[in-house]
Amino acid sequence: MAALIQLEDITKSFAGIHALTGVNFDLKAGEVHGLCGENGAGKSTLMRVLGGEIRPDTGRTLIEGREERLTGPTDAIRRGISVIHQEMALAPDLSVAENIFLGALPPGINWARLREKARDLIQRLGFDIAPGAQVSDLSVAHQQVVEIAKALSRETRVIVFDEPTAVLSTGDARRLLQIIKGLRDSGVGIVYISHRLDEIYEIADRITVMKDGRIVDTVTPDSTPVDSLIRMMVGRPLSQLFGDKPETVVGEEVLRVENLDLPNGIRNVSFAVRRGEVVGLGGLVGSGRTEVARAIFGADPVSGGKMTLKNAPYHPRTPRQAVRSGVGLVPEDRKGQGIVLDMEIRKNVTMANAAPVTAAGFFRPAAERGLVQKLIQSLRIKLGSMNDPVSSLSGGNQQKVVLAKWFNTDPDLIILDEPTRGVDVGAKTEIYTLVHRLAAEGKAVIVISSEHAELFGLCDRVLVMGEGELRGELAPPDFEEEKLLTLSMARRRPARAEMEA
Amino acid sequence: MTEKAATFDEVQTRRRFNFSKAFRQYGTAVIFLLLVLVAQAQSDAFLTERNVMNVLRQMSGIGVMAIGMLYVILTRGIDLSVGSIAALGSVTTAIVVQSYPMPVALAMVVGMGALCGLVSGFLIAFFRLPAFVITLAMMTAARGVALILSNGQPITLGEAGQSLQGFGTSFSLGIPNPALLMIGLFVLAFIVLNFSRFGRLVKAIGSNEEAVRLSGISVPWYVMSVYVISGALAAVAGVLVTSRSGVGSASVGAGNELDVIAAVVIGGASLMGGSGGVINTFIGVMILGVIGNIMNLAGVPGYHQQVYLGVIIVVAVLIQNGSTLLRR
Repeated sequence: MAALIQLEDITKSFAGIHALTGVNFDLKAGEVHGLCGENGAGKSTLMRVLGGEIRPDTGRTLIEGREERLTGPTDAIRRGISVIHQEMALAPDLSVAENIFLGALPPGINWARLREKARDLIQRLGFDIAPGAQVSDLSVAHQQVVEIAKALSRETRVIVFDEPTAVLSTGDARRLLQIIKGLRDSGVGIVYISHRLDEIYEIADRITVMKDGRIVDTVTPDSTPVDSLIRMMVGRPLSQLFGDKPETVVGEEVLRVENLDLPNGIRNVSFAVRRGEVVGLGGLVGSGRTEVARAIFGADPVSGGKMTLKNAPYHPRTPRQAVRSGVGLVPEDRKGQGIVLDMEIRKNVTMANAAPVTAAGFFRPAAERGLVQKLIQSLRIKLGSMNDPVSSLSGGNQQKVVLAKWFNTDPDLIILDEPTRGVDVGAKTEIYTLVHRLAAEGKAVIVISSEHAELFGLCDRVLVMGEGELRGELAPPDFEEEKLLTLSMARRRPARAEMEA
Repeated sequence: MTEKAATFDEVQTRRRFNFSKAFRQYGTAVIFLLLVLVAQAQSDAFLTERNVMNVLRQMSGIGVMAIGMLYVILTRGIDLSVGSIAALGSVTTAIVVQSYPMPVALAMVVGMGALCGLVSGFLIAFFRLPAFVITLAMMTAARGVALILSNGQPITLGEAGQSLQGFGTSFSLGIPNPALLMIGLFVLAFIVLNFSRFGRLVKAIGSNEEAVRLSGISVPWYVMSVYVISGALAAVAGVLVTSRSGVGSASVGAGNELDVIAAVVIGGASLMGGSGGVINTFIGVMILGVIGNIMNLAGVPGYHQQVYLGVIIVVAVLIQNGSTLLRR
């Protein structure tokens, strides 16, 4: 039987740089084909070829054995190929039903029937979302369901998922995987791109690894252990992923939070962080981790409680006050909050602390270049020129620019919110090394992460949040995913006795 | 293995020729040169020193206001009140020169413009009110105050304002003084935008306000400041107009806000904030001046000129975004 889709010898270069070189890729009906590789390996470019968004320089696209020339995304959709991108393409102000049938609306619209059909599609996926609801009111997970329903409404034979679980909580991600399995069983061919290898292993029938615009190999999950897959991706075994944790020398207390209440439903949070310590903040997405971080950083208002920084009362009302007191935040939304994407790398690095490189409000160019160059080397940021915009960098290097910005302020406390989200495996390791280095330099570090392996690999202890409360604390012998989830999901558990002062 | 990876990184990050960037950076200059060529072919009178100096002098008020407008637009804002503040500047100049020494009088006028900007900027930056509405209100109010102060009548500078009028109508280094002042302010604005912390943050705020705020920078102060600058420069423009005509009038600068915005946009600045430059804004001002000048020299009637101007603005913006259009 001919493969559903066959890409043969695809080559594509942008302005003389090879993004894809001689790539062969095929997809059968009723299979999930996992696609992994570091950022910049060419996964997304390949899927954009498949989705008709870009035309390859050379190579053939065969659909069910016949050579086809895709003229654009609309053409690909007509032939039954849907790509669900990381950044969703829904119209936020339209209803669920309108979004599902957008682009395929008949001239005379029978809204009642359309809503009925939308409800059917969504129920086929095992969800119950009102077809009349406005998309901007839905959770990210539900928006993703709408995207899938939209693809299904077009008699789709191929669906490409590009990092679909990156923005989902653990529970929602599980449901999405169930949906994908259902789609596979009904004969749809699925390409699944993810950095989360456990997911790939769970659902993929075959896995293709890409690196530097080429296919490294296509393997089956049964015959390939995780660490050899990672080695294919980066040329480095798994055991080195978290790096060697240096001996921690815990010093005096830097931050103490007592009975913190926030207007957005966070109640009675108390903890302390000391110098040289890496403290994790775990729990489900939406449990209040980010809110606590933002409150400590002065980005959101506080409604009650007490904070102490370096033995002095600390109540920042703006991020400016927090930065001046020696606190830094690497926010979870890197592109929206961490960096100015269009601005030069150099300018991003010195943004939070320009004092050492300015005189009377004007930059001293040589001093600035020198300082930035030192940080680039020290953090091993891979770039062409420090005068390129940050947008020219890969996700991991962008994150390092955010880190460089805070290294430059020399904070006493640094909070990292999902520091490795959308970062490839190789850069993850380097970011972990930097976190260790911050602690070794005597800074207090708070790490928020939805990846439990990351919390356990990185932190000395992990505070677990659930529904706006601090539910408990885990230390090394108890570093187990189940314990963390149980704590986070348990209801009405009294806060630990010694924390109720 | 390592060696191969290194070369790949190199290739990936090598500086490549970026069409869209080139269009944005040099598109304005190319349009300007084309216009000059057309103008020269049209009329021998165009490239005479007298005519060039004329264009520079005519555009000095618009140019000075365009500097402030560029700063405002870089933060993703808009300032509709510049024409009215220029009118208020013009009227107050004619009034205060009668009773104060010249430097004091000028400082008062510029301070008054800055105060107007401060009011708008404070409301926009700290109360997060829409710039369009607030400066629209300031546009109405400032013009109203100018009308009240002048009683709707032009006020002549007279004896007391002779030194000012002397400045406005004479030349230094062969260039009309108002044009020289405009050029000086453009140079200053260039230095501030490109080399100062303030300029850098103004641009950064327009690109990603939240990232700047979360870097520990007090965004509202910077946003407010650009409106103060815009107001002060609008008042300067009012002084320039008055120095040339010898009359303070509440009808100065009517509709100028649109010319100023057009000049900044022709200069390639994005109304979405974060992108735009001082040199291109200057060229944008000159393009606007040259277009009017060509049509005058060619004897195009005034009403027709407005239609052509509209078309030319669209063409200019199309050329700057040419690369995006070509890619489709």
